[in-house]
Amino acid sequence: MIDPASIPQLNKHFRLQWEEAQDCYVLLYPEGMVKLNESAGLILNCVDGSKSVGTIIAELAERFPQVEGIASDIEEFMTTASAQRWVAFS
Amino acid sequence: MSATAAISPPLWLLAELTYRCPLQCPYCSNPVELASAGTELTTEDWFRVLQQSRKMGAAQLGFSGGEPLVRQDLELLVAEARRLGFYSNLITSGVGLTRDRVGSLREAGLDHIQISFQSTDSDISELLSGSRKAFAHKLAMAEAVKSAGYPMVLNFVLHRHNIDQIEQIIDLSHELGADYVELANAQYHGWALLNRDELMPSREQLARAEEVTNAWREAHPNGMRLFFVVPDYYEERPKPCMNGWAKMFLAVAPDGLALPCHSARGLPLEFPNVRDHDVAAIWNESSAFNAYRGFDWMQEPCRSCPEKEQDFGGCRCQAFALTGDASQPDPVCTKSDQRGQIDAALTAANCHNASSSALQYRTWSASQSIITSTR
Repeated sequence: MIDPASIPQLNKHFRLQWEEAQDCYVLLYPEGMVKLNESAGLILNCVDGSKSVGTIIAELAERFPQVEGIASDIEEFMTTASAQRWVAFS
Repeated sequence: MSATAAISPPLWLLAELTYRCPLQCPYCSNPVELASAGTELTTEDWFRVLQQSRKMGAAQLGFSGGEPLVRQDLELLVAEARRLGFYSNLITSGVGLTRDRVGSLREAGLDHIQISFQSTDSDISELLSGSRKAFAHKLAMAEAVKSAGYPMVLNFVLHRHNIDQIEQIIDLSHELGADYVELANAQYHGWALLNRDELMPSREQLARAEEVTNAWREAHPNGMRLFFVVPDYYEERPKPCMNGWAKMFLAVAPDGLALPCHSARGLPLEFPNVRDHDVAAIWNESSAFNAYRGFDWMQEPCRSCPEKEQDFGGCRCQAFALTGDASQPDPVCTKSDQRGQIDAALTAANCHNASSSALQYRTWSASQSIITSTR
């Protein structure tokens, strides 16, 4: 379970970058690249090392009021991102 | 394949800056014909290759060789790569690296340095690379890389002379604070194919090394990541080599030859040169890059095989090296009528007591005599 007060930070060995040719955000790391889908790209763009998971949920819920279950989507993504070591929590 | 629209862009650019190298590893992935390469590209040539490739969509960049550190313009190339938005990886033996250079490359914008090790033991290291001082220096440089804040990736090429040291290899990596460790068995191309019978581990050696690796992973679930790569000879299906010919990977050799795989130089195709053509024209239009794209080139049993979209018929270089025809199925596949060659090599590896005295080292003169004898 992700604690909404925890603060995700991008692993310093990963670089988040927009790729025009692939029309998506990607995570770049040693000799590898993860293509992110639209929502993963949006969420990771909110990760700045100062905002908590709760803050990110509130921010995206306000931007996308039409999306149902956005909080659980974000929590689920954070769990995956943590397991993949894209982010770490403090 | 005719429609340009169906061609996906290169995402990975491997810049082989030079074939010069202070080491002589007998499993080097460079082509055995390396001494026949023309003069090296200039800094300006490389800038152009980087710009054109990035424009097409390449995002990952490897600076490799030979030993890329022998290029004095490496920092300039790294800086240009950073400016263009590449994620740049330096693939080095660490020989020629200094603390100053670790720092200057970092300042130029290098993202990652991968240091390759011959083994954990300086004697075997010396035996396999032909350099007495290399090992101690590599250790010092691994520490320098770590303290400069780079992600630390160590690469150990495994073969029968060092695979039994797997515990020491993993322990050393852990002590050095590695983030990722590639425990990669030699793949038998180029120099490694020449030395195959001396390098191929036995089935027992391989099984034990995998067992040790798995046990370490289980004991350290949050520890460094270990990637274990078996020699494809021990597989029943071929590897999806390069994820398909000219599908996402572009290598540019020191003399400017553009290749869909860094081992492809020896194939009987006319590879275009980046001195004469723009990267987009090479990628989209050249006959060499279109030779094995898609599935139309395939022979049976690949052509009608339900697995062709997973493995793309395997490795063209391996098919050519072992059958003399690059459009044959990769002989690793048990559906190939040439699989017997792979099994014979495995049988030899499992009953013969290899001695390192028969190793053929990767030297310029060895390459020259190979070129002369095959003409």
